[in-house]
Amino acid sequence: MSDSIVVGFTVNGRRREVLTKPHHTLLEILREDLGLTGTKHGCELGECGACTVLVDGIPQLSCLLLPHQVEGKEITTVEGLAKSGDELHPLQEAFVEVGAVQCGYCTPGMLLTAKALLDENPAPSRQEIAEALSGNICRCTGYESITRAVELAARRMEV
Amino acid sequence: MRVVGKPLPKVDVRAKVTGSTLYADDLVLPDMLFCKLLRSPHPYARIKRVDVRGALEVEGVVAAITGDDLPIKYGILPVTQDEHALENEKVRYVGDPVAAVAAYDEETAALACERIVVEYEVLHPVTSIEEALSEPVDEPIHDYGGPANIHKMAALAFGDLESGFAQADHIREDVFFYEGNTHLPMEEHSAIASYVDGKLTLWSSTQTPHYVHRAVSKVMGLPMSAVRIVATPHGGGFGGKTDPFSHEMVVCKLAMVTGKPVKCTLTREEVFYAHRGRHPVLMWVRTGVKRDGKITAMHFKTALDGGAYGSYGVATTFYTGALQTATYDIPAYRFEGARVFTNKAPCGPKRGHGTPQPRFALELHLDKIAEDLGLDPVEVRRRNYVKPNTTTVNWLRITSCGLEEITNRVIQASGYHRRRRVEGHGMGFAVASYLSGAGLPIYWNKLPHSECQLKLDRGGVTAYCGATDIGQGSDTVIATVVAEELGLWPSDIRLVTGDTGLAPVDLGSYSSRVTFMAGNAALDAARKLRDLLVEVAAESMGCSPGEVEVGDGKIGALSFEETAQLAQERYGAISTAGSYRPPDLAGPYKGSGVGPSPAYSYSAAVVDLDADSKTGIVQVNKVWLAHDIGRSINPISVRGQVEGGVYMGLGEALMEEQAYRKALHKQPSMLDYKSLTFVDMPEVETILVETNDPEGPYGAKEVGQGPLLPVVPAVASAIHDALGVWVDQVPITPDKVLKALDAKVKGEAPRFGPKSFPDIPYPQCIKVDPPHVATQAV
Ligand code: FES
Ligand code: FES
Repeated sequence: MSDSIVVGFTVNGRRREVLTKPHHTLLEILREDLGLTGTKHGCELGECGACTVLVDGIPQLSCLLLPHQVEGKEITTVEGLAKSGDELHPLQEAFVEVGAVQCGYCTPGMLLTAKALLDENPAPSRQEIAEALSGNICRCTGYESITRAVELAARRMEV
Repeated sequence: MRVVGKPLPKVDVRAKVTGSTLYADDLVLPDMLFCKLLRSPHPYARIKRVDVRGALEVEGVVAAITGDDLPIKYGILPVTQDEHALENEKVRYVGDPVAAVAAYDEETAALACERIVVEYEVLHPVTSIEEALSEPVDEPIHDYGGPANIHKMAALAFGDLESGFAQADHIREDVFFYEGNTHLPMEEHSAIASYVDGKLTLWSSTQTPHYVHRAVSKVMGLPMSAVRIVATPHGGGFGGKTDPFSHEMVVCKLAMVTGKPVKCTLTREEVFYAHRGRHPVLMWVRTGVKRDGKITAMHFKTALDGGAYGSYGVATTFYTGALQTATYDIPAYRFEGARVFTNKAPCGPKRGHGTPQPRFALELHLDKIAEDLGLDPVEVRRRNYVKPNTTTVNWLRITSCGLEEITNRVIQASGYHRRRRVEGHGMGFAVASYLSGAGLPIYWNKLPHSECQLKLDRGGVTAYCGATDIGQGSDTVIATVVAEELGLWPSDIRLVTGDTGLAPVDLGSYSSRVTFMAGNAALDAARKLRDLLVEVAAESMGCSPGEVEVGDGKIGALSFEETAQLAQERYGAISTAGSYRPPDLAGPYKGSGVGPSPAYSYSAAVVDLDADSKTGIVQVNKVWLAHDIGRSINPISVRGQVEGGVYMGLGEALMEEQAYRKALHKQPSMLDYKSLTFVDMPEVETILVETNDPEGPYGAKEVGQGPLLPVVPAVASAIHDALGVWVDQVPITPDKVLKALDAKVKGEAPRFGPKSFPDIPYPQCIKVDPPHVATQAV
């Protein structure tokens, strides 16, 4: 098996260095080496969106990223969204209130993709929300409530 | 009601949006090993030899086991204990597990699996219902059932069929096919076992910890008291995690062998093989009607492709015939069903268990009858609706029933009768019904189906119940019921659920039973605790218990905490227990165990769509879904279930299929297995109708499964409305629409679908007198 390498990046504001294998994915590093299990996996083949994290603010599938691709980058996972234990991000608040969470397994990926959308487009239309989130599969909600939650969060973040 | 019926957030939702919920694969135990399964590459083969020595030589491997280490068979139903955790004689589908490795990391375990040598003698696979019905080239897949590869047959006749058909003014026959599909939960199955002090604990993403408890205990040869199953927070089930699974048995065994905790998480491809999804079903139906559309008799035949093992299949077979009568008053009804074994991943229960297929057939069949008679399809339905508080010809007890109201509401909201009549645009209507929990447990007994215990002490109230929250919100239901009775908020209640070691038995999250049954058990326990607290408060206040009001954290003039303290001073430790067992509802015939429920939900759908006659592409614009919920305990969760059900129904109607090419799964990946994405999902208008069921907790009934059912036929009906062709087979992919249009152009029957139904050697029908005849005879 291949030799180990060291990779360094920032996760949720904290600088980390990890000894890993060059073929391990960011998903594995986050979950197994750093204990950040909030990032989920539904396929590990880039097909479901459950593993989405933000890399320098852009939503990326962590199951497809290798260590050398994230060297020096800034990564945000679901654990990094809330300001504190009690103060959630407006998107998280909206997901809670609207009931956009059933099993919750797609939720971390949805939240991060939605965050990237709102950061760039603070007042998206329903169609824009649908297109931005179309790479994230949810089997529980039928997407309706997630759209409502993103709309609600957008309204609140604007004011 | 202070909290029941209020749109409160779910009690476990904050953990889910912050990523702190720990699902099975998130759990890590010290010194844990990782397990990988070696699966069969052949659909059907005899195992000549399995040699794991090569795997054991790999550095980092701790143990490797084969079928010889796990010789005891299991299965979810007592009548079909036909699975080995690891097969040692034959493999019956591509993906059947034969060996397992435990190693210090997953990669090593996977590598070691490749070093295992298995010698197979390949047998001729059986890949279709037709093949399964004819003499097998090699031996039958199982050593039970038959003739040929038939697993199970059922034949029942209720009432006087002959005179029913004789009275008909019009008789129609149709054939339909419903392709299989799978649950595709976002979370891949995962399980971890640990064996300490002679006690085995299994954490697993299961919907049915109680049944896994039974199966693990049997296969490991341990008493149930030495086994604890913890259903971890669940990343989606839909019926796909209701069987005991190979990987669960294997990690238990490996934990016992190695003395270390062992985890196994399936890959997405393996989840497609684990399957237990929707059975492909071929259906034939013949119905006699009067000129006004009133049904006089119906004969329904089904043939189910069960895949390689029994699973829930015997129940599924009966379900393909059981609920036709729960929506329509059919005075004489005959049902014949057969399930066959094939060399494909085993089918089982998926949302709607065995009823979406016949519902698709029945609703389209009634549409066609309406067309034959020149009647409005909605009116034909209405003329046949069952009435509240009646008993059907096959002995189902109907109590609350909102069919009329959901129909009126959905028709009105959608403007169905005022729809635009232009080529390419269509609307379709359908209704359905589903169980609020199976009336009988899988193992027939007189025990409660659900139990709940409440503990009250200085730490507040804790509710213990075996019920398993799979994302549908059952924890929230239990907390809401207890909070309502005690005058607290749902968030005040601590919960211990889904754990066979800590909480009393609940049979599991299947058959839409949890709100009804665990809700009733929690209500029973909570009312006992409330009575006790009210009595103590009344005494302290010097009034009668009837004068004590409970609410807003108060019991009469006292705070909840003060009352709790007084109660403990008086009685010492305080706990109450409640349970629920449905009334005895099975009719007087063999096979009557499938179908009865303490209450039926009703759903009606209207689908609006555009269908392109050039490309065959269907674009759904909007779905209206009216659901008779009895009563909403939490309207946010109810709406979520409706929207999720509509979504899954649209997927089954238009694209989802677990199909095979020569016994090889055609799409074992999420990219190839098509499901609706954000951009495919239309607007859904949810209409909730409350009929206040007399036996449901606060009047509640199910919502997890029913709303899927009418969506599939309503889509097919709308396509007919748009293009004038019937597609009698799901999923309705563009190629099928085009083939139906081709047939129309050629002057053939304007349809696409199966042409005939095979000859099946069904047994002699068991003749059952309908309830009114039977009662007269007494
Ligand atoms: S786990 Fe990365 S896309 Fe599915
Ligand atoms: S909430 Fe279950 S997959 Fe989205």
